[in-house]
Amino acid sequence: MAEKEIELKIMRQDPETDKGPRYENYKVPYVDGMVVLDAVRYVQEHTDPTLAIRWNCKAAKCGSCSAEINGMPKLMCKTRVDTIGDKITVSPMAAFPLIKDLVTDVSKNWEITRKIPMFTPKENMEKPWRINPKDVEKSKEFKKCIECGLCMDVCHVVREHYTPYFGPMHIVKAASWDMHPLDGVDRSKYLNKEGGLGYCNITKCCTEVCPEHIHITDNAIIPEKERAVDLQYDPIAMLIKGIRKKEKVMK
Amino acid sequence: MPEDYETVESDVLVIGAGGAGLRAAIAVNDSGQKVIVVSKSLLGKAHTVMAEGGMAASLGNVDPQDNWTVHYGDIIEEGVYISSWKMAEILAKEAPSRVLELESYGALFDRTPDGRIMQRAFGAHTYRRLAHLGDRTGLEIIKTLEHQVIHRDITFYDEMYITNLIKEGNRIVGAVGIKMNTGKIFLFKAKAFVIATGGSGRVFKITSNSWESTGDGIGMAYRAGVKLRDMEMIQFHPTGMVYPPGVRGLLVTEGVRGEGGILLNTKGERFMLRYSPEKKELDARDVVARANYREILEGRGTEHGGVYLDITHKGSDFIKHKLPAMYQQFMEFAGVDITKEKMEVAPTVHYMMGGIEVEAETERTNVENLFAAGEVASGLHGANRLGGNSLSDILVFGKIAGENAAIIAKNSDMGKINAEKIKNEIKYINSFFREDGKNPYDVIDKLTTCMSENVGIVRDAEHLKKALEIISELKKEAGEVGTKGMIKYNHGLLGCLELSNMLISCEAITNCALMREESRGAHTRSDFPKKDKEWIRNIITELGEDGNMKFGVKPVDEMPGEYKNYVKPEVYS
Repeated sequence: MAEKEIELKIMRQDPETDKGPRYENYKVPYVDGMVVLDAVRYVQEHTDPTLAIRWNCKAAKCGSCSAEINGMPKLMCKTRVDTIGDKITVSPMAAFPLIKDLVTDVSKNWEITRKIPMFTPKENMEKPWRINPKDVEKSKEFKKCIECGLCMDVCHVVREHYTPYFGPMHIVKAASWDMHPLDGVDRSKYLNKEGGLGYCNITKCCTEVCPEHIHITDNAIIPEKERAVDLQYDPIAMLIKGIRKKEKVMK
Repeated sequence: MPEDYETVESDVLVIGAGGAGLRAAIAVNDSGQKVIVVSKSLLGKAHTVMAEGGMAASLGNVDPQDNWTVHYGDIIEEGVYISSWKMAEILAKEAPSRVLELESYGALFDRTPDGRIMQRAFGAHTYRRLAHLGDRTGLEIIKTLEHQVIHRDITFYDEMYITNLIKEGNRIVGAVGIKMNTGKIFLFKAKAFVIATGGSGRVFKITSNSWESTGDGIGMAYRAGVKLRDMEMIQFHPTGMVYPPGVRGLLVTEGVRGEGGILLNTKGERFMLRYSPEKKELDARDVVARANYREILEGRGTEHGGVYLDITHKGSDFIKHKLPAMYQQFMEFAGVDITKEKMEVAPTVHYMMGGIEVEAETERTNVENLFAAGEVASGLHGANRLGGNSLSDILVFGKIAGENAAIIAKNSDMGKINAEKIKNEIKYINSFFREDGKNPYDVIDKLTTCMSENVGIVRDAEHLKKALEIISELKKEAGEVGTKGMIKYNHGLLGCLELSNMLISCEAITNCALMREESRGAHTRSDFPKKDKEWIRNIITELGEDGNMKFGVKPVDEMPGEYKNYVKPEVYS
């Protein structure tokens, strides 16, 4: 039996030297259980070592190998080839400036992180701190974030518009501190004002692509919008708050 | 090809941004000195992220009998009496403070019913000792440190691959690196340097280690005349994934066994009852790893070459709550639901106990103004590491290294650098751009295959000698590797540079393994199956004056009398 092959199309471009992107075709032998990162690395190690990719843990824990696979933002290391067929197109994340081929410049994430007030413990707490085990759970969901940026990539506000919106990944980070049981700062006002959270119109695309299955919209974005709703005018947040109240009454 | 370079100055340069590097940078920053951190990967993506089970510290929250002396005893016994007793003492005493400090930085840990930090059982720890957040403790720790670094006045250059240290006299004065995402070459001038680049796990084919763990820090330190210690001591984790092939080697956390998982062979026999009737699945990693290896070797393994790890009896809710990442990992990579099905596992290269020799109290090396901490350093773990001690290690010794580098920096001038040396280093980098260059990945593939086949979990002289022959052949081939294209984000170039470092680790590991004619901890020789009293020694590797690798043996530092009470006496059969 002939060896099974997959057809891989990879976007190639160095913006410093190439005018536009081009897609190059590669054939890669199929190995049982292989992921897209295996296929792309095969090209890098056997066909063209100048192909730029970014990866590290290959275990879906570090969030380095984010890309668009057949148009969908995904981690290359977590996407099994047998789940998407034998014709695969890989492009870089479009929401971040291109460095080369599949590698993008994600440094703006650090700039945004720097702006968000960090965890600040409540004053005068007795040490060692005590936390009810149940109270850990809320923040724990956001602590799963591996900062892969896929939610930023899929977000049409981040991707297509020049707004002050920090993007879903950063709202998750802020929520992880806001919902830390011992945190003494409320970031919702800041997120809505400086962080442009009002621009998010809760299409939930971010939640759909999150490889850690964090309910970004329902559990991070909406609560942050709700908490700040009295502080500034955000029609969508007001609407949600109204509906949620109604639901509660009906229950 | 570039010939110019940009010069950046700081008081301290930290090379590596895993837990040890970031904690060192925070310590320098706390001292008021200017610090720069550089890392091969993106900030926050270092191998620390992979740590799952937890961080060992004798807080005594779950088992109040626990204290530093018990932790100390566990380290020395697990390290089979060749650890640095001083490092073990420092770690056991300081780990609890580092956990609480992380909590004050905003890290979250699972709790006991009365609200204190929860601690889980782990292999060969006398008491339940590991502070954890589910099975994502490493992620929580690195994110916490990352956010500290971002919010402090700490400059970082990520995707910066350091090619070499620059030495004048017996002192390090600079480091040359390639900023991968721009292709620019940098010279970092500093008064003190901390190497925190992690281990060399990727010199083996089957490993749980990240892409970046190619022993770059070991390579640059060795070339600069730094002494390495106990390089033969490689930890095989008992449970790596086996199938599908794409994920072979990927870690299955010890937390699975800590939470009640049992090991079975294809006959359905719980074989650990035979190998270790008392501690069973929670015996030391080397014991469990060799048991798994033997079951597979003797034909009681699965068709994919593994044994079964079963936790289904704990029920779906418990598993999803306690081991969420493992549930997800098996579901998504292998299509296995671990709440209903057994996992298939086999030993995988996990950790390097050996590395740069450091002074216990300061983490300084034998070369002036140079420090090392974390997996790249050695001494603490001896012949085997306890699970959960690597996270304590990076935080405890990262902090000490940073503090001492800051002190040295305060009392030193910026060293003078001979520009010729920088020129030569750039020439070396550029020399890999050649049309006729051999593909470095072909050589790396041969090297890693050789190491896994010949320097694996059970070793003997015949295979080790064969490995040395292959390594010596591959050293010649390494002289012919090259790449094409531009310097920016060129993995071919990285492969060439990494290969030279990997070869140094391989040569040291294999030679030391051949020298140590006994079986101790993680080092098992089928031709010397017993532990030998004569080998309560450390093997030192360094660059000889003739340019060849040179080896020496020295007795282990003897611990003070009262400390011997904390440790069971060593038994020889």
